[in-house]
Amino acid sequence: MKTNIFPAIKLTIITLVFFAGVYTAVIWGVAQLAPNGGKGEVVTVGGKKYYTNIGQTFTQDKYFYSRPSAVDYNSAGSGGSNKGPSNPDYLATVQARIDTFLVHNPGVEKKEIPVELVTASGSGLDPDITSKSALVQVKRIAAIRKLSPETVEQLVAKNTEGPLLGMFGPEKVNVLKLNIALDELK
Amino acid sequence: MNTELLGIIAMFAITVALAIPFGKYIAKVYAGDKTLLDPVFNPIEKLFYRLSGIDAKAEMNWKQHMFALLTINFVWFLLGMFVLMNQGWLPLNPDGNPSQTADLAFNTSISFVVNCNLQHYSGESGVSYLSQLFLMFLQFVTAGTGLAAAAVLFIALKDRTTDKLGNFYNLFLKSCTRILLPVSIAIAVILVFNGTPMTFDGKDTIVNMQGDTVGVSTGPAAAFVAIKHVGTNGGGFFGANSAHPLENPNYLTNMTEMFAQMIIPLAMVFAFGYFLKRRKMTWMIFGVMTIGFLVLTVPTIIWENAGNPAITAMGIDNSSGAMEGKEVRFGTTASAFWSIATTVISTGSVNSMHDSTMPLSGMMQMLSMMTNAFYGGCGVGILNFFVFIILAVFISGLMVGRTPEFLGKKIEAREMKIAMIVALFHPLLILAGTALAAAFPEITAPNLNNPGFHGFSEMLYEYTSSSANNGSGFEGLGDNNPWWNITTGFVLILSRFLPIVGPVAIAGLMANKKFIPESAGTLRTDSGTFGIMVLAVIVIITALSFFPALTLGPIAEYFSMR
Repeated sequence: MKTNIFPAIKLTIITLVFFAGVYTAVIWGVAQLAPNGGKGEVVTVGGKKYYTNIGQTFTQDKYFYSRPSAVDYNSAGSGGSNKGPSNPDYLATVQARIDTFLVHNPGVEKKEIPVELVTASGSGLDPDITSKSALVQVKRIAAIRKLSPETVEQLVAKNTEGPLLGMFGPEKVNVLKLNIALDELK
Repeated sequence: MNTELLGIIAMFAITVALAIPFGKYIAKVYAGDKTLLDPVFNPIEKLFYRLSGIDAKAEMNWKQHMFALLTINFVWFLLGMFVLMNQGWLPLNPDGNPSQTADLAFNTSISFVVNCNLQHYSGESGVSYLSQLFLMFLQFVTAGTGLAAAAVLFIALKDRTTDKLGNFYNLFLKSCTRILLPVSIAIAVILVFNGTPMTFDGKDTIVNMQGDTVGVSTGPAAAFVAIKHVGTNGGGFFGANSAHPLENPNYLTNMTEMFAQMIIPLAMVFAFGYFLKRRKMTWMIFGVMTIGFLVLTVPTIIWENAGNPAITAMGIDNSSGAMEGKEVRFGTTASAFWSIATTVISTGSVNSMHDSTMPLSGMMQMLSMMTNAFYGGCGVGILNFFVFIILAVFISGLMVGRTPEFLGKKIEAREMKIAMIVALFHPLLILAGTALAAAFPEITAPNLNNPGFHGFSEMLYEYTSSSANNGSGFEGLGDNNPWWNITTGFVLILSRFLPIVGPVAIAGLMANKKFIPESAGTLRTDSGTFGIMVLAVIVIITALSFFPALTLGPIAEYFSMR
């Protein structure tokens, strides 16, 4: 113990400076070359700044809905519902979301509602929905915005990001970008 | 073939392909051979030794190694307690987050010192940037500790008789500087250019498109997230860990982070073979680990893709799978793959919420940690597997009537006793912890987020994760209170250091024995048959220990949903 304690303390201090200090500084330096200087990717619309990677709450019928969130898309925190698959309260919540969706989307059949639109994400900040989640909302958006469904469908198609390199992972639609584009249609 | 499946196959294939040359590099580092990075690190390490008064050439026996290891870990623990309990007034706290309570600081400090990262707090509100950087320092050095212990094992298993097993500080520092650091820098750079923040600004506030005002947490996350995976630590910068869209912004970063957490555990298996010049042995170990990993992974992917039957019954389009707790940009396949990779390896970072996965997927995640032998954490993975090899050598030796020998050294009663204690200690901690929590429902029941069998699974998962030094959780559990902070804290200490000291002691004792060259009468330990034997030992120990408990949790929940 005695032979080890002083070398241990000294080595701790030196490695602390090196790994918490020097390493951090190097990565911080590299970040200055990255988009927005390593402060997170942003988009500015009409003088308002939004973080493109962080989902926003969209509950108004004139916008494409984002997924339900356990933290109401307040990115001061993050987290999922952590509800187990057999939890009766949870299943009742999902059922209620389905019913609400049907009320707001006349003409949509229950079997067309994708599961991701009625379940909360892991982070509570999911920026994306699937393209079928966007397409199921086209009728509603077109009616409210007085656009042809084809126009809205084309908008969804334009905002659908394919898999990485066309090969890996799912395709997705960034809800924020889609809704910005939707507002710009007029 | 569908793109989600192709994504994980590519991810795994790339990792294995790079693990082989990287293993060769690691073997060179520990052997003290020339490597590409010598001109950079030789002067740095020399300076570090001079400043701390360490003679890096002084050889140690296994006991001296363990004393040095435990001492420096104890220093880190005390320093961690100090930083966490005083972060409120210490610098680099732009959000004004409060200091941690004593029981939370105890749990946090221990769980980072033991490479577990259980995290009973949320990164956004529970720690300052200074604490994050200190915890990041621990993510380097604790992974380095595990690697150094594994290196002692490598040296001890060489075919000669000695008690001189290298110098702990030398092996430790080289692990940090030459193995962990270069990979972490590469990973952090990829993350930074894909949108993971690296800034010291405090919380931002924005007005969203619907006109509500919300906060946005950022911070020096990229540096942290890189070593969190490379060192198989798993502690997230943000509360939602790698499900958070800043911590893991897209499918490329998801592949990168998956690669980062698997590369060193896989490379250590190959390093073992290169270091001891036993290539065939490497393939036996790699084969057993990969079979175990796939047996756990494939069904989990199938169950997650099938989705929640209770939601299917509601009549909606359930073809996307079990999306509760999952992110659209990863999908169910990559999330299911990650949930098993992160639990067989002791990372414990998550890109989906395990609490919301299907009952049997949850069981697979727990089984990954209960076996604790497939790939495993930085360094400790190979140590854990070594224990199972010793058990298998002994049992198969008895079955065929030969003296149990491994790499030319006899395995005798003393080594066997240590191996048995280490192998049985893990189930003891998990089951005793869970039993204790279940015995005091008036304290623990209010912390559960789900009723019935799933609530029991939450408790079982928490102790399993602690004892495997994993750090993931069924996060619904309300774990920031004295009961969970203190009980899991003790489980963490015991389950970290005994499984390091045990295997190193066995190897140290073996190193002292006379080397017996292999002959026709030696039981071959690098054959497929022996691999099956090791796998059988692992399965039997796990099955006998854990199936009763699993029956009360995930298995019962599964049948209740049919």
